[in-house]
Amino acid sequence: MPEAIITFEKVNKWYGNNFHVLRDIDLSVAKGERIVICGPSGSGKSTLIRCINRLEEHQQGTLKVDGVELTDDVKAIERVRKQVGMVFQQFNLFPHLTVLENLTLAPMWVSKMPKADAEERAMQQLQRVRIAEQAEKYPLQLSGGQQQRVAIARALCLTPKIMLFDEPTSALDPEMIKEVLDVMTELAGQGITMLCVTHEMGFAKAVADRVIFMDQGQIVEENTPHEFFDNPKSDRTKDFLSKILGH
Amino acid sequence: MNAASFRPIAPRAAPVRTEGALPWLKRSLFSNAPSTLATLVLLGLAVWWLPQLISWGLLKAVFAPSFEQCQAARGFGACWGVVTEKYRLIIFGRYPFEEQWRPLIATVAMVAALVASCIRVFWRPWLVLLWAAMLALFFGLMFGGFAGMEHVATDRWGGLPLTVLLATLSIVLAFPLAVVVALGRRSKMPAIKTLCVVYVELIRGVPLISVLFMASFMFPLFMPPGTSIDVLLRVLVGITLFSGAYMAEIVRGGLQAIPKGQQEAADTLGLSYWQAQRKIILPQALALVVPGIMNNFIAIFKDTSLVTIVSLYELTGAMGLALNSDSDWRPFKIEAYLFIAAIYFIFCFSMSRYSLWIERRLSASKNR
Repeated sequence: MPEAIITFEKVNKWYGNNFHVLRDIDLSVAKGERIVICGPSGSGKSTLIRCINRLEEHQQGTLKVDGVELTDDVKAIERVRKQVGMVFQQFNLFPHLTVLENLTLAPMWVSKMPKADAEERAMQQLQRVRIAEQAEKYPLQLSGGQQQRVAIARALCLTPKIMLFDEPTSALDPEMIKEVLDVMTELAGQGITMLCVTHEMGFAKAVADRVIFMDQGQIVEENTPHEFFDNPKSDRTKDFLSKILGH
Repeated sequence: MNAASFRPIAPRAAPVRTEGALPWLKRSLFSNAPSTLATLVLLGLAVWWLPQLISWGLLKAVFAPSFEQCQAARGFGACWGVVTEKYRLIIFGRYPFEEQWRPLIATVAMVAALVASCIRVFWRPWLVLLWAAMLALFFGLMFGGFAGMEHVATDRWGGLPLTVLLATLSIVLAFPLAVVVALGRRSKMPAIKTLCVVYVELIRGVPLISVLFMASFMFPLFMPPGTSIDVLLRVLVGITLFSGAYMAEIVRGGLQAIPKGQQEAADTLGLSYWQAQRKIILPQALALVVPGIMNNFIAIFKDTSLVTIVSLYELTGAMGLALNSDSDWRPFKIEAYLFIAAIYFIFCFSMSRYSLWIERRLSASKNR
C-alpha cells in the first residue's frame, strides 16, 4: 500500500444545525491515486472535496492532507492550499485580468516569484493545456472549454501535489467537454493525485483507479471502475447507474 | 436541401442605410408619431424662448460694473455688472484683498494636481509625493506667516479655494474610509462588523447640517478646557465621516455583486485576505459602482456649501456675504447665483464626464 496523502477519519459536517451533509466519512487517498466521485446532487460529493482545501470546514473527525491536519490554524490551511489546486464548475477565472495575469497572480503574490519567471511558467502551463495563443485575451473572450482549460493551467502554476476537480465539465456545451477531458486525461498520466467529482463515466472508466459513490452524505460504495460499473454491490448504486447510463 | 450540399452564405450589406446624418435624424427625432410630436413641441418652445433668453442674457445685458446702468436695465436685461464688481469677493471671500494672489495660486495648484491624478500616465508612485508637495504649497500659501507673507487664520479663508479644499480632502479621505468600512461590514469578526454597522447607521440617521453643527459647536464642549481644534479641521472630519458612511454602502453594494466563486478561487490559490481584496474583489466591485461613487463625489462637492452655517464662507457663502452687505447690489442676486452655478457646473460636469470615461475604459478590457 503506497503512502496516503489524504486521510479522512470519521469526518462529519453539518450546514446549520440540521443538515448533516457529511456522515462518518472514512477515506484514504494514496499518493498519485486518481479518484472519481459520483452520486446524486446533494449527496455531499462537492462538500467532501471542498473540505480538502478548507473551502468548507468539518466539525468532527480528523482530516489530514500531506501530513498536515486541517483545523482553524491559518498557517496549516495556508500550507495545505499550497499543495492543493482546484478547478471549479463555473471556472471562477478573474474576469478583470488577462489569461496570463490570471496565471501569474498567485506565483507572484503567494510564492513571491519574479514576474519573468512566473510568466515563463505560465506559458509552459498554457502550452500544456494547448491554449498559449490566447494568453493576452480576457477570460470572457474565450469559449467555456477554453476558460476551463485556463483554469486548469492556473491551478497547475503552483505545482500542486493534489488536484481537485468539482464537476469541471458540467457547465460546458457538449462540443467542449471533450477538450477539457482530454487535458484532464493527459494530466492523470503524469502522477499527480486527482480527485474528480464528475458524471463523465467514460472518463471514470478510462483514468480512475477508484470510483466512489456517495449518497446522503455517506460513502455508499468504492471500487475499481471495472468492478463498480460491471458489478455494483449495493442496490442504491445499481439504481443510480441505471439512471445515468440508461439513456 | 440535404446536409451534403451545405454551403456557407457570404455576408451581404444591409438593405437600408443605417449610418449618416439623415438616418440618424429620422431614427432619433422622427421615428414615430409621439417622437415627432415631442420633437416639434420642443422645437417650438426653443424658438419662442431662446430669443428672449439671448436678449436678456446678452443683447440687453449690462456687463460694466455700473450700478446706474444695471438699475436702468432691470426687468429686461441681465446685470452681469454685479459679477464684474464683486467677483473677487465671491471667489475669495473674506481673504485679505491684497493677498488674494495666494489663494489663487493655491487653488490652481490643487486643481492641477486633481487633473493630473485623473490621467493615466500620472498613475505612478511619485503621484503621492506630488500631492504632498501640492498640499504643503497650498497650506503654506493660505496660512502665510513666513517669507513676508501676512498670517491669515482659517476663519478668513473662503470662496472657491475653501470649496475646492473641503471637497478634495473629504473625497480623498472618505473614499478609503468607505472601502475599509464596507469590507468591515462583511467581516466575520463580530466586533468589527458591529462597529461598522453602528457607524454607518448612526451617520445615515442624521442630516449633514447636524453633523456640521455638532462638529462646530458641540464637539468643543467635550474637549478639555484650553485645547481647541481648528473649526476647518473639525468640519473637514465631519464631512469626511458623513460621506464615508454613504459611500461605504455603495461600495458594499459592489462587493455583494461579486460571485462567491471569485473569493473561493482566490482562497484556493492561497492569496491572503488583503491580497484577495486588493487584487481580485475590489477591482471588480469598484468598477461596478463607478456611477454611484461619482454621484457621491459630486454630492460632496456641492454639500460643501452647507458649511456656511458654521461661519465658513465657501463659494456660496462668500457670494451671500458679498451681496447681503451691499443694499445697492442685493437685487441682482440672480445673476450672481447664475455665476456661481456656472462654476459648480464646470466642476461637476467634468467629474461626470470623467466617470463616463472610466466606465468605458473598464468595460473595454472585459468585453469581446
